[in-house]
Amino acid sequence: MADAGARKMIETLGLTKRFNGFTAVDRVSLTVNEGEVYGLLGPNGAGKSTLIRMLTTLSNPSEGTARISGYDLLKDAEKVRETVGIVSEKMIMYDRLTAYENLRLFAKLYNVPRREMDARIEELLKIVNMTKWADEQIGKFSTGMKQRINVIRALVSMPRVVFMDEPTLGLDPQSTADIRDFIKRLNERDGLTIVLTTHIMNEADVLCDRIGLIDKGRIAAEGSPAELKARIADRGSTVVELDIIDPPPDAAERLRAVEGVRSASQKENCVHVIASREDAFQDIVNASARAGLRLRNASVSQPSLEDVFLHFTGRAMVEEVKDKVPMRGGGHGPPGMGFRPRGR
Amino acid sequence: MGAKTLISHSLWIAHKDLLEFSRNRVMLGMLFVFPLFMMLMTGYIFPSGNTIRDMPVAVVNLDDFNGTQGPESLGFYAGLEAVNHRTGYFVLSNSSTESAAREQITRGERTGAVVILANFTSNLRTGGQGYVTVLYDQSKPQISLQLTSILNAVISQMGTQRAVSTVNRTTGEDNNTSMAIVIPYKVQNKGTVPGNPNYFEFMAPGMMMMVVMFSVMTGLPRAISHEKEAGTFDGVLAAPTSRFSIILGKTIAQSVRGMIQGAVVLLLALTLFGVTVNGSVLLVVFLLLLGIFSFIGLGIAITSAARDEETASTFMMVLQFPMLFLSGVFFPIEQMPVYMQYVAKAMPLTYATSAMRKVVVLGAGLGDILTEVAVLLVFGVVLLLVAIPLFKKAMTR
Repeated sequence: MADAGARKMIETLGLTKRFNGFTAVDRVSLTVNEGEVYGLLGPNGAGKSTLIRMLTTLSNPSEGTARISGYDLLKDAEKVRETVGIVSEKMIMYDRLTAYENLRLFAKLYNVPRREMDARIEELLKIVNMTKWADEQIGKFSTGMKQRINVIRALVSMPRVVFMDEPTLGLDPQSTADIRDFIKRLNERDGLTIVLTTHIMNEADVLCDRIGLIDKGRIAAEGSPAELKARIADRGSTVVELDIIDPPPDAAERLRAVEGVRSASQKENCVHVIASREDAFQDIVNASARAGLRLRNASVSQPSLEDVFLHFTGRAMVEEVKDKVPMRGGGHGPPGMGFRPRGR
Repeated sequence: MGAKTLISHSLWIAHKDLLEFSRNRVMLGMLFVFPLFMMLMTGYIFPSGNTIRDMPVAVVNLDDFNGTQGPESLGFYAGLEAVNHRTGYFVLSNSSTESAAREQITRGERTGAVVILANFTSNLRTGGQGYVTVLYDQSKPQISLQLTSILNAVISQMGTQRAVSTVNRTTGEDNNTSMAIVIPYKVQNKGTVPGNPNYFEFMAPGMMMMVVMFSVMTGLPRAISHEKEAGTFDGVLAAPTSRFSIILGKTIAQSVRGMIQGAVVLLLALTLFGVTVNGSVLLVVFLLLLGIFSFIGLGIAITSAARDEETASTFMMVLQFPMLFLSGVFFPIEQMPVYMQYVAKAMPLTYATSAMRKVVVLGAGLGDILTEVAVLLVFGVVLLLVAIPLFKKAMTR
């Protein structure tokens, strides 16, 4: 876990990436301390992956730079590569090679001494319970098994920082839980600095020491999950959950018209309302009655990261996927069921 | 980064590629099937040293000698049949009129026709020449070329025999002297190496060169863009591995694959198609490697320019097609118009093919192919100088 006053492991300085006039990452300056799990949370196309690609030297920034463990991204690219590991969204593994052969290849490319290599591979395989599959070709594995190898592949080189782009994307719930445990363990046991991107709120909440909310290429807010939530509470927001009997389809819209309501979203018979006043509860309940909504239940709830995101960006995180996958519970999909449409 | 690390990385990358390749049964099969197909196809569709046989030819006898076909024309026909009986070039059949024969050619029923014109017998008997027209099918230029040249040769041979026997009869000289009077110059054609080279011998060296060079040229962009699309390339690029190691490793793997394919071509040529290697096998291997070297820059440049596998393949197609036909693998470039020869001379494959052919067919040594070797080296160096910066730039887009 992060200690106060820890050494800066990553420091980006106005990092910017433009593609043909489109700015994917816009003057991002953030700091990740040694031993921290840092989450980049944002919707599709927010610039998370582009940011990670720049920090792993896969893409040259259009402007700005970063220092990773003291090495400059541009001037000491070679050193940066030795320092970081990457778990990218597309798995970095060769299907026709066995798990062991895949791990060995990357150990060799990272110049891991021969004496240490096999011991390390063995240990990593053991941690993810894949020892008995070591000599099977990756192509025969299930997605969950593949991802285990994919994650430990990034660790054969003993990196000091690991970047993980959507590490639980498309995994079954069991594998998702295992991978999350594994990430926690690496961080706690080995003090590994981890930067992960996710668009699953729950994941960020559970795993990350600090979170950077990223939207349209910019960091909208930064802090620990608790800090971020507290920040919207400080500013006098109220989150109200309404359970409505026989809700009309425009229930959320009717509530949005109420003064002080920043947003309202409806999932079946539940309407989730965020108001910008601390004392808004009574008004919302009254307004519901005036709008012809019959309440079964109404309660003030804790702000979630979803609410935080909405607060800082004015947009809901799940907007883009809403029509693709019906998500329950205010956008917190079941773990591991994160779904994103292709083609950014 | 030390040279040792660089080499070690490239060997591991090559090892990985070959391991993947060796576990892909379809690709392994293609390694053998592709050259076999290419050799069979090209060996049989292009005009080979062997003559076409059994060409259907109509014979029209319009000779009129005392109301009937004269003895000279009948003798001519008989002579034609006798030659054909020995050689089997044609299938001869009668047609009544020239227009009937023309119609048969138009319908594709006959390849050509021999028309013995009117007054054939009487012309010959009165000290004139007997006239024969050969009709041929203009829609099949290559077959027509063969047909007309064979028919001309056969007919002129028949004429020679007739002349020899006439001289024999009138001068009373023996056959040899009569022959010397009629044909005073005797030509003998001899190659500089023993044996009678067939079309495969002409084609196989270029074919081997082409298969190897194309295999690498297409294999490299495909291998890299495939990895790019699959996302695995990110893993290699994010590792502390020099870009040069990556290119070198990929090239080594593709070269090994290409050389195996080249060996398959050579083996097929030796065993199935009766080709013999007159030069040094080591020189053959050297030329194959040099061919790869001369071309590899092009493959790298295409890899850098193409964003995905499909684009890469399209690029390759556009470049390969002209090379396939213009670089002298199947047709000698000397038979092309001068301006096309200039195009051919801008292609490394032309020099590689020419050098390989000299070594395989003529048994040339290194000293005989220095020009080609130098040109290929220059091609290789120039293309690499252009390609490597492009590649480095493209990798961190």
